Amino acid sequence: MSTKQRKFSIFRYNPNTPEKKPFMQDYVIEEVPGMTIFTALNKIREDLDPSLMFDFVCRAAICGSCAMIINGRPRLACKTLTGDLKGTITLMPLPVFKLIGDLSVDTGTWFRQLQLRTEAWIHTDKKFDPDAVEERMDNRVALEIYEAERCIECGCCIAGCVTANIREDFLGAAGINRVARFMVDPRDERTPQQYFDVIGSDEGAFGCMALMACDDNCPMQLPLQSQLAFVRRKMLAFGLLGK
Amino acid sequence: MMNYTVIVTDVLVAGAGLAGERAAIEAASRGLDVIILSLVPPRRSHSTAAQGGCQASLGNCAMGEGDNTDIHFADTVKGSDWGCDQDVARLFVETVPKAIRQMAHWGVPWSRVVAGRKVLPDGREIEDKKEKEGLITARDFGGTAKWRTCYTADGTGHSMQYTVDSVVIKLGITVHDRTEAISIIHDGETCLGVVARCLRTGELRIYLARATVIATGGYGRLYGASTNAIINEGTGMSIALDTGIVPLGNMEAVQFHPTGMVPVWILITEGARGDGGYLLDKNLHRFMPDYEPVKKELASRDVVSRRMIQHIRKGYGVDSPYGPHLWLDIRHLGAKHINTNLREIKNICMNFNGIDPVKDLIPVRPTQHYSMGGVRTNIDGAAYGLKGLFAVGEAACWDLHGFNRLGGNSLAETIVSGWVVGRKVAEYARDAVLNYSHSLVQGFARKQQERINDLIAGRLGKENVYQIRREMEQTLMDYVGIFRNGPDLQKAVAKFQELHERAQKIGLRSDGKWASPELTTSLRMPGMVRLALCISYGALTRTESRGSHAREDYPKRDDVNWLKRTLAYWKEGADLPELRYEPVKITELPPGDRGYGESSAASTGGNKANGQ
Repeated sequence: MSTKQRKFSIFRYNPNTPEKKPFMQDYVIEEVPGMTIFTALNKIREDLDPSLMFDFVCRAAICGSCAMIINGRPRLACKTLTGDLKGTITLMPLPVFKLIGDLSVDTGTWFRQLQLRTEAWIHTDKKFDPDAVEERMDNRVALEIYEAERCIECGCCIAGCVTANIREDFLGAAGINRVARFMVDPRDERTPQQYFDVIGSDEGAFGCMALMACDDNCPMQLPLQSQLAFVRRKMLAFGLLGK
Repeated sequence: MMNYTVIVTDVLVAGAGLAGERAAIEAASRGLDVIILSLVPPRRSHSTAAQGGCQASLGNCAMGEGDNTDIHFADTVKGSDWGCDQDVARLFVETVPKAIRQMAHWGVPWSRVVAGRKVLPDGREIEDKKEKEGLITARDFGGTAKWRTCYTADGTGHSMQYTVDSVVIKLGITVHDRTEAISIIHDGETCLGVVARCLRTGELRIYLARATVIATGGYGRLYGASTNAIINEGTGMSIALDTGIVPLGNMEAVQFHPTGMVPVWILITEGARGDGGYLLDKNLHRFMPDYEPVKKELASRDVVSRRMIQHIRKGYGVDSPYGPHLWLDIRHLGAKHINTNLREIKNICMNFNGIDPVKDLIPVRPTQHYSMGGVRTNIDGAAYGLKGLFAVGEAACWDLHGFNRLGGNSLAETIVSGWVVGRKVAEYARDAVLNYSHSLVQGFARKQQERINDLIAGRLGKENVYQIRREMEQTLMDYVGIFRNGPDLQKAVAKFQELHERAQKIGLRSDGKWASPELTTSLRMPGMVRLALCISYGALTRTESRGSHAREDYPKRDDVNWLKRTLAYWKEGADLPELRYEPVKITELPPGDRGYGESSAASTGGNKANGQ
């Protein structure tokens, strides 16, 4: 098996020690076949620099923990093969989110705020009856809900979004998609007015400048562009026609 | 002397996966203040990785017709090889249909019955009835008599976790993520809470509660090749063991999933075989029917994993730089099915192996997957040994799974035990009084601070934590795997004793300040080795084969001597766990034949006696 040396240039900064300014640190390791940024970063930490901070959980592109800026683009590090990247591999933390240290950012707090602001749960007056058979649902509807539910809240759409980078309160594609998920769910009894209140503003569906980097950057290939159009249509129908 | 910040609540839950969050919801909705601690944001928990599904005997789909809780009970007990607690299994099967419907009420988009005739991959024709249309459907999974595994397309765990977390958010339950419980505070009789380390700043904090719930998941990452998320290091089990009075149950019962993808060991869900996938050898021969003519690829996981290794040992494995493997073939299921119901498999294959399962074979080998063992509790989820301490989900040995868990029973356990135990936690916490001495509580935190200081200063030695970790992972892989024997297990125990000593002498190479990742691992390391010792010493001592515990030198199940549960205790300063045993509760179904596997009269093709 052929091997070669790969150079990584990695952002270093610990917000707990602001007197030490951010800098880029270089590391060189041997590239093995099938190497991902996940295996590379662990190798760097274990062999070269045990202080390096980064986040991984599932390492299978399911949990959304490891998004970072890889050679200028927000991507999931666990499924990025080093062999697919040319030259020095530059790693930066996601912008917009609060930095914890080096490549680790606080997406959890940001996304919890998003759920609270969009009230991202089923709103219903029905009481659960443990002895009743479940309510029926057309399988097509179930699949439609699931399509939007697939978002893993990795933050790639937010990090690559111009609006989110300049407006702190913008809900971004993840927020718009989250609302769309509940709009198609017949179990959610919210009125158009209630949806309008959470998403019908410049922080929501109308703040988007339609550059659609989110759609390109989404590692789950969610149809974020059509989700935006769907939510805007609903909001316009409510705004213009009152329904 | 400095005092550590103290945070007081009614109920403290360590772990924000499905079981922990479900228990928290139950306690909070009964009026108690709840704080959840979690290593990661809740929606990053390993529960989200469960793709396949959740067993419940709803009996809605054509192949589930006539299903009921008795059949689910029998499957679960047989799957466990009679190692489970039958009172728990009964409570579980009766509750799970309600729990599934509650999930539907909260928002899980379960896949639904679509009426009409269908032809299965094996040629059988079935018909889903019009009167069942729109009810929750199910797919086939291993070791089950009926199609019983409810699912949401290819992301069951994901949609359940997101839904349960939406209820946590709706109820306003406090979550302290990036916080790790590193020690249980107790006075010898009652659990008072935990010492926790903030993984943002490195700060130590004291959390006190009338009831504390361990919901930290399994220990899969002790093994070098595991399907588990990297956070699954058994932290909650480990701090429970460190009390010296709380035992871990059946730690030698370790599940290997038949289809971890070579070489990254990411799980290919059982849904692949449930939906009709085949296992092939190097000659592209479908070998499972030779060994298991009735259940074929869908015998229980322990059995399929053993048959695969047997077949590889006979020389039928496909050679690769990562050792021999077998093939999983789902090509015949067709692009449409793979791209919807098994899309996650397709993504994983494309992302991590550059192969397309619509036209390519998937390289697979049995891979560590699940911990049947854990913090031993009674049927209420109350841990043995300490009042006010509870455990749920994979972190617990409740004991629903005995020596082998059925696929689809772990997601089901999380929502059932979270519900049932959460109620018991609430009842306990309502009446309990939090009585503690200031100096005792601060002392527990100070002890952890001393460990940290020693590690940073390298006062006790200069051992490299990552080196110890690699040796631990490899030893478990080499000697405590699918097939076990006395001499290998002896070697493992000796090696872990050595590693346990070395783990006390770790010295950091970084400065260890703030949320140092090297410090985080170093604090966990001695506990991880102790868990490895509980697993290997328990396995060495258990001289029989039962479920996932397969001894080559004791190939038969021995109900006369070993129809009992292992309880491992760790006394301070010891270098081995103290093993005690308790009887297994048999109420309805006496030990018998599982209907598949080595003891089954019908399957002589790969019998261990003539196969190896």
